[in-house]
Amino acid sequence: MAVNSQQAADRQAIEKIVNSYPPERRFTLAIMQDLQKHFNYLPKEALQMTAVHVKAPLSAVFSMATFYKAFSLVPKGRVILKVCDGTACHIKGSNVMIDEIYKTLGIKPGETTPDGEFSLETVNCLGACALAPVLVANEKVYAKITPAVLRDVIKKYQGVEQ
Amino acid sequence: MIKHQVNNPEERMILVCCGTGCLANGSGAVYEELCRALEGNDRYQVKTFAKATGCNGLCEKGPLVKIMPDDITYCHVQAEDVSEIVEETLIKGELIKRLMYRDPATKQYYRSHHDTDFYKKQHKVALRNIGEIDPAQVQDYLERGGYQALEKAIKTMTPEEVIEEVLNAGLRGRGGGGFPTGLKWKACAATDKQPRYVICNGDEGDPGAFMDRSILEGDPHTVLEGLIICAYAIGASMGYIYVRDEYDLAVKNLTTAIKDARKCGYLGRNILGSSLSFDIEIVRGGGAFVCGEETALINSIQGNVGEPWDKYIFPTEKGLWEQPTVINNVETWANVPVIINAGSDKFASIGTEGSKGTKVFSLVGKVVNTGLVEVPMGTTLREIIFEIGGGIQKGRQFKAVQTGGPSGGCIPEKLLDLPVDFDTLSQAGSMMGSGGLIVMDDRTCMVEVARYYVNFLAGESCGKCVPCREGISLLLDILTRICEGKGKLEDLDLLESMSKTIQQAALCALGRTAPNPVLSTLQYFRDEYLEHINNHRCPAGVCKELTEFYIDPELCNGCGRCRRKCPADAVTGEKKKAHEIDLSKCITCGECINNCKFQAVKVK
Repeated sequence: MAVNSQQAADRQAIEKIVNSYPPERRFTLAIMQDLQKHFNYLPKEALQMTAVHVKAPLSAVFSMATFYKAFSLVPKGRVILKVCDGTACHIKGSNVMIDEIYKTLGIKPGETTPDGEFSLETVNCLGACALAPVLVANEKVYAKITPAVLRDVIKKYQGVEQ
Repeated sequence: MIKHQVNNPEERMILVCCGTGCLANGSGAVYEELCRALEGNDRYQVKTFAKATGCNGLCEKGPLVKIMPDDITYCHVQAEDVSEIVEETLIKGELIKRLMYRDPATKQYYRSHHDTDFYKKQHKVALRNIGEIDPAQVQDYLERGGYQALEKAIKTMTPEEVIEEVLNAGLRGRGGGGFPTGLKWKACAATDKQPRYVICNGDEGDPGAFMDRSILEGDPHTVLEGLIICAYAIGASMGYIYVRDEYDLAVKNLTTAIKDARKCGYLGRNILGSSLSFDIEIVRGGGAFVCGEETALINSIQGNVGEPWDKYIFPTEKGLWEQPTVINNVETWANVPVIINAGSDKFASIGTEGSKGTKVFSLVGKVVNTGLVEVPMGTTLREIIFEIGGGIQKGRQFKAVQTGGPSGGCIPEKLLDLPVDFDTLSQAGSMMGSGGLIVMDDRTCMVEVARYYVNFLAGESCGKCVPCREGISLLLDILTRICEGKGKLEDLDLLESMSKTIQQAALCALGRTAPNPVLSTLQYFRDEYLEHINNHRCPAGVCKELTEFYIDPELCNGCGRCRRKCPADAVTGEKKKAHEIDLSKCITCGECINNCKFQAVKVK
């Protein structure tokens, strides 16, 4: 029963977001962004309903979902680690951090741990180059990180209950 | 404490920098704490209030707090410092030395940021209001002469005169192309089709660049004013601002600005009593680098994937929904009100023969003063990096500066005296791009840098045309091979010939400029490629497969810093005796070499 009510709630949420925009093709991107923000990924049903709403083929909506970096078709982890890999961070060792996360958690950029706890993403630039290398863990910014700091951050989030 | 005379102003304003860099450093808490401390406090001689502003540029020293009109600047301010600032500076009128700006080279303290080398050598045009106003208050913008250019244009100039003025100013597109802005407007106005559109390209995608973000966040009205002036000049009815969705604060401030502009009658029907009716909408981008290309951006606004098309016909004739469209970059728009207000002659008096005005750069990487700087065109790279930027961090050796983002190139030390403008940078094998300046030192591997950019572009290629989609991937394969020590000498010729093919055959600017990082590093840093291939060695100590660190026992004094910093416990040694690195444990992260103060850690 719980599953069904969850499905109903999801459906309602999708409807609310989709219907908040006029039924025009040009709002597809905006609708998808709102959906992504709400669900942390784009559920299949959401794509279908978007396509119907903006009167576009599902294939076109799907192609947008895979084209733009902002979207994900699979649910993300509870803790999203974003390592900035902008040029300033890169030359200050962001790749060392990415390797370190792989060693600790076994995930590469774009992947999520099997237990659904951590996702790793790289971002092209956070615009905080004075703090390079930068890590963002669930919107909290960690400046000038080193492998040792990184391990502490991960440990901290491993310990935190939802 | 240093005693100083506080002027007796009518009111006192405390400006807290809330640009992205400072916010990430905790300036939000500083602002809140200040508001709390000021509220209901009647111990001040004058009315005192706090304002959250956009980015001041000196991100390295953030969070920054400025006290006006006393002209005091405090650096690295945290929420805990607020009570001291209130007690000592605001009430007693004393300076707090530990929060003052201290020149890294001369160790001198400065009361005001205006006196530092970082600011003294700058010339603010596009950034004129940022850091001085609250971007969420239209009143602040109006007080600094905002919307006067629009009034002047609508009430005293014909549309043709506005276009002529922009043409005469010699303004060129700040997004990277450098195309004369006035020509775009003229071409669009000359078409016979209606409706016409204007677009602001705020899809700033270059890694290491945040100029546009700062303008959109810190002074959104100047961009709106630029767009409205253009709408008047070309007869457009609708404008779109395409901005990265990741730029939360920019979207928020723009939304407020558009609402306020409508309320004030600068947007909507019959603007300022004229026949001009114009409105602006925000479109949030989806995080695709290629959407910075104008035709791809137009596709994205229309609700499609952001694929570019070949520009046999320019968007000025056939753009958004196949209608005439003018599309300019954020910084370009920010210059427009200045040109109309001050006149094209004044604007054109700054800069070089072919590039007029100023350019905003985001100066980042291994430079002492990381931040946002605006200088007249024609300023040399040496002045920007060593005088404004304060030189290289940790006293290391300058190696190269990368300009133009992933489409640009790396410029070596011998070209540091190059006056920077659109044309000189292209001649040096790089490009202006949107204004990223990434400073690199001897710990940066140029082959790996080329690989980094090509990897970025391989991921961002939209895949529509073969030269870009396949060609860049192949470049990446070869560069990766070289970084892993599996490169062959003939790879260098292959890199070059393939680069030339991509330059000629790719559909859009992303592909055509993609080989620049490869070609420029091959041109200026060929010896590093050869070191990788012939001697299986990465001189900068970056490429892991080719790097072994060791400690020179002659130089090591056993301070133990590297031992403590090593995350893999690979460094051993007794106090005050030369240390050693256990290569079986070493993960080549470089913490030891980065932290050694005696240059004792070396790359084998």
